[in-house]
Amino acid sequence: MAERSFAKEVEKLRLGDGEEFAGEGILAITKALLQCGVGYVGGYQGAPISHLMDVLADAQDILGELGVHFEASASEATATAMLAASVHYPIRGAATFKSTVGTNVASDALANLASGGVTGGALIIVGEDYGEGSSIMQERSHAFAMKSQVWLLDPRPNLPSIVKAVEDGFELSEVSNTPVMLEVRIRCCHVHGKFIAKDNKRPAMTVADALDSPRRDTGRIVLPPASFLHEKEKISKRWPAAVDFIRSRKINEFFGPDHGSVGIVMQGGMYNAVIRALQRLGLADTYGETDIPLYVLNAVYPLIDDEFLSFCEGKDAVLIVEEGQPNYIEQAFASMLHKAGRGTRLVGKEHLPMAGEYTGQVMLDGLGSFLRAEAPFLLSSEVRAPNKTGQGEEIPDLTRVVPGRPPGFCIGCPERPIFAATKLVEQELGKHHIASDIGCHLFSIMPPFELGATTMGYGLGPASASAFNSPDAKRRSISFVGDGGFWHNGLTSSIGNAVFNKNDGVIVIVDNFYSAATGGQDILSSRAGNKTKSTKHPISKAVEGMGVKWLRHIDRTYDVGKMQETLREALTTDEKGPKVIVASSECMLNRQRREKPLVDKAIKGGERVVKPKFGVDEDICTGDHACMRLSGCPSLSVKSLDDPLRDDPVAHIDQNCVGCGNCGEVADAAILCPSFYRADVVHNPSRWDRFLESVRGAVIGFLQRQREGRRLNFADA
Amino acid sequence: MLDAVSPLQAGSADGDGGVIKLAILAVGGQGGGVLADWIVDVAERNGFLAQSTSVAGVAQRTGATIYYIEMCRDAGRMPIFALSPSQGDVDILIAAELMEAGRAIMRGFVTPEKTTLIASSHRIAAVSEKIEPGDGRASSAKVHETAELASKRFIAFDMEKIAVENGSMISASLLGALAGSGVLPFPRETYEKTILASGRGVKASLAAFAGGFEGARGGVSSVARPVVPGSPADKAAEHSSVSSATATGPAEPTPDAGEGPHVDGPRKLLAGWQELTARIEELPPAIRDMALRGLRKVVDFQDTRYGVEYLDRLDRAVAIDAEEHGYGLSIAAAKHLANAMCYDDMIRVADLKTRSTRGARVRREVGVQGDAILQTTEYFHPRVEEFSGAMPAGIGRYIESRPKLAAFIDRRINRGRRIRTDSFSGFAALWLVGGMRRWRRALLRHQVEQAHLDRWYDLALNTVAEDYALAVEILNTRRLIKGYSDTHVRAQSKFDRVLSALPMLTGRADAADWLRRLREAALKDEKGDMLDGALKTVATLGQEPD
Repeated sequence: MAERSFAKEVEKLRLGDGEEFAGEGILAITKALLQCGVGYVGGYQGAPISHLMDVLADAQDILGELGVHFEASASEATATAMLAASVHYPIRGAATFKSTVGTNVASDALANLASGGVTGGALIIVGEDYGEGSSIMQERSHAFAMKSQVWLLDPRPNLPSIVKAVEDGFELSEVSNTPVMLEVRIRCCHVHGKFIAKDNKRPAMTVADALDSPRRDTGRIVLPPASFLHEKEKISKRWPAAVDFIRSRKINEFFGPDHGSVGIVMQGGMYNAVIRALQRLGLADTYGETDIPLYVLNAVYPLIDDEFLSFCEGKDAVLIVEEGQPNYIEQAFASMLHKAGRGTRLVGKEHLPMAGEYTGQVMLDGLGSFLRAEAPFLLSSEVRAPNKTGQGEEIPDLTRVVPGRPPGFCIGCPERPIFAATKLVEQELGKHHIASDIGCHLFSIMPPFELGATTMGYGLGPASASAFNSPDAKRRSISFVGDGGFWHNGLTSSIGNAVFNKNDGVIVIVDNFYSAATGGQDILSSRAGNKTKSTKHPISKAVEGMGVKWLRHIDRTYDVGKMQETLREALTTDEKGPKVIVASSECMLNRQRREKPLVDKAIKGGERVVKPKFGVDEDICTGDHACMRLSGCPSLSVKSLDDPLRDDPVAHIDQNCVGCGNCGEVADAAILCPSFYRADVVHNPSRWDRFLESVRGAVIGFLQRQREGRRLNFADA
Repeated sequence: MLDAVSPLQAGSADGDGGVIKLAILAVGGQGGGVLADWIVDVAERNGFLAQSTSVAGVAQRTGATIYYIEMCRDAGRMPIFALSPSQGDVDILIAAELMEAGRAIMRGFVTPEKTTLIASSHRIAAVSEKIEPGDGRASSAKVHETAELASKRFIAFDMEKIAVENGSMISASLLGALAGSGVLPFPRETYEKTILASGRGVKASLAAFAGGFEGARGGVSSVARPVVPGSPADKAAEHSSVSSATATGPAEPTPDAGEGPHVDGPRKLLAGWQELTARIEELPPAIRDMALRGLRKVVDFQDTRYGVEYLDRLDRAVAIDAEEHGYGLSIAAAKHLANAMCYDDMIRVADLKTRSTRGARVRREVGVQGDAILQTTEYFHPRVEEFSGAMPAGIGRYIESRPKLAAFIDRRINRGRRIRTDSFSGFAALWLVGGMRRWRRALLRHQVEQAHLDRWYDLALNTVAEDYALAVEILNTRRLIKGYSDTHVRAQSKFDRVLSALPMLTGRADAADWLRRLREAALKDEKGDMLDGALKTVATLGQEPD
């Protein structure tokens, strides 16, 4: 079950003709799929489209009613391969994943799908994880569209536009027998807005119908000679069909006056930012009415030559607003103008940065610079020659004051003790080469742990350490992989590879029962039951199945001592071949979400419940913060004492502590200090509890009175 | 006033008419998303069109996150809203933590012409601030000063405290502060309707909302106080403040200074205590506060006789100190003598953990209510060092001088021990160890500590004649000694390394400065790499032709 439940929101998917839908962009896309009569949907979670998968998972009933098959695919490759169902059958299918990382994984299937082409509409919804908030390498999905010749839609970032893009996408795919990619950026996925809904459609043909009447056509299969024909067909048939559709259906939009000396061409996704910049330049109003001709590309591939050329008609200069690099669109337009022998000046990356997100400021500067250069007369005098803003006293620079705040392990995270143990082992045995992977555990590369040298892709942690396998080596490599990455690709690419190549390294599989970093979706090894999926398949069994001989399973990662011992053994044993440690404890974020309500209910219900929390005796803590250098837990922080005798702040544990135990375990394993204590509060104690308590209380009270009666006692000591 | 037309309604000079731009900067897990949804709901209740966006993903895992909302009066047509905040174009910025307010200013989202900055003044220390062996925390005062300059209006107080006190989340008190600021043209009831509609924890949320509302109106003197740069309040982990633009409250009450702490015990001991405090009264006024605190600490650590030893030592400093120095030497001595004399041994730990006051404090901190029962587990990991330190000096030395024997003992005792101080056996064990106090003077650890203390203290006092400031810094070096086991060993070595620079420094006019710098460097990182670097620099000083 995912971190966030959409059980309430999915009811919106039932909205019918004319009703207003209000909600997140992702949810709108889901609704649009159903309105288009999609027959099957698959995908792999990952920001910014995780919620799309979560919504679909929570919407199983509705999907069932409509005869729509939903699959939480094993990987982006799986999801894209699934679209093969639209090759021979007129079934609309959709796959979704994070891009470009997902598209990288999917590209094998994508290329094959694109070569043979499709009969039913095949839509790939890619969440473009680019710019602020992105967690991946900064690349463009655009290149994939170009290399495989699949069409790329980049609609304006508002709900009606993206819903329309889904509808257009399916049709475009069908008329051109080509898969279509729909690109939505991070904020567009999470934008809250409204659109007028339509009735959901049952697919004209369901996957069940297809299974009952199988079809095949050798001409669609990627093998010579068909594969050569596919390439020609792309150019001779599919491309013209697509261009024709985009033009005739006015997929791209024009705004502003018909004529003007300058114009701006932009990706649909850039539209709102462009309008905001024009507003600030005094060239557009609240509703986007502007004095500058705009050409908005809701379809960024293929580009429509004559549409663009007619837009350039009579213009001295045109600015291309294209986020990211290389600037494919600008290059394409430049060659169109050149070949058409037009005099219109084409500019883009001269005024806007080649690399990086087009934020509000970047856009304002870029458009301002373009207009000052090409059409200064359009600008008011103060925009043309702005007086220095921020007059009055200089605002001091805080860059040296404000600390960075990168993402890190949550309160009580079961992965924290794993890295605490690793740090302690390295203090004993020295530094090792550590290969990291994708997932929450990658936070180990940051303080306080600073463990891990590389990350090469999902499930590829151990694979990225495979070169470090030498008979002359005195030390072994350590590599990490999460349970999500393990099932995504790690089982074969990392574990299988290590076994086959007799890699002597240590592999730690971080098993937190979910695909946690993407929002806590279930995976094969999840321990919870799942109505529609098959879970509870232990990682250790799969690892054994791959032929791993040295395998240790730790079922409580918070046992830092044991974790440390096991790592030490793995690094020092004479056993050959990969040493695999499966370290399992439930993701605390999800565990709290699951247990907290139950515990509160139990306490209210008068049941006996023991609730742990940790604390620090501030008069015993000396404020050296050694514990924090092995934790970094948000609820373990520093606190100043109101005592001039003490210079440094002491450790303090706030009310958010979930009593995971890491503090005590670390204090013990690292022999830190005795200032930590665990306080177990017994709610609704039994009679026996109370009896014991009263007896103990009496004796302890007696001893305390004995001593305190013979000494000076200071009020606040 | 709330229904009065807000300045924002007039709209900005830009072409975006009446679009109000609001950004929320929060730390992942603070519930910024909830706040954003609430604000959108309030706006729509008031006949506004609103759009919110966020950047989810891993940033939400305790990292800095940002939510953005644009809204404008519904004129029957959909405006073009931007999806992310622009520098210099944000009307309202809500920061759920003080450094996030600083980050907003850094990113240019706060401008004097435009922005109302509503910030909770509490701190959530970033990892980088926590892991320094010294005090690595950023200066809240600097952010406050800057915020005053950078914003059109600055509203800051501890909204986390309000939330916690009302058993709610900070999103509720932040919404209250937004409403109370009156910067949005929406009446209070509409905010409360929104909370009611949200359905979960409504009562607590409304209470926190009210607290935030009053706070923004300047009514939270209890949690609000101005921050004096560099003051303890400034450094305090959870301090609060309110900008001059809004409420100001009474300054933080200074802890009991001159009049002495409340103390009770047997009459005989009280009499002894009176004699000691009487000696303090004879000290120059400047020294008394620190001396009294130190005295209380050492007497609490051992006994009144120990207090006598403390004051005798202190008198040596006072004797050679002088008014014109502001008694800096004596004050430093009063402070660090007390810390040095109250070293952290097993006896002290056991004693502190078995006091009635401690039990009460734990109940308070954990918040044990009703008939709930508290069980307390302590984490100990004794080693042979602690063992022999707790032996009579002779025996202790005998053990330490025989590695094989020491190793043998270590094998027997060196392991983690979890002791239940709520159980009889566990408590009794610690109670007995705490009782060894009366023999402490005879134990090895005490003698080691005394010798170390005397070497350090003599060194300082003997330096006074030729370099007063340097002597004070030698005393302050004591700050480096803290921690247990390995950490303590590392601290000792830092202490020695810092003082090892003295031969290179004595005679220089800036010797004291250098020693201070070395101490500060030593507090920067765990192993003391910064310190070693600084020591290299010092080593080169001599070579410079003076």
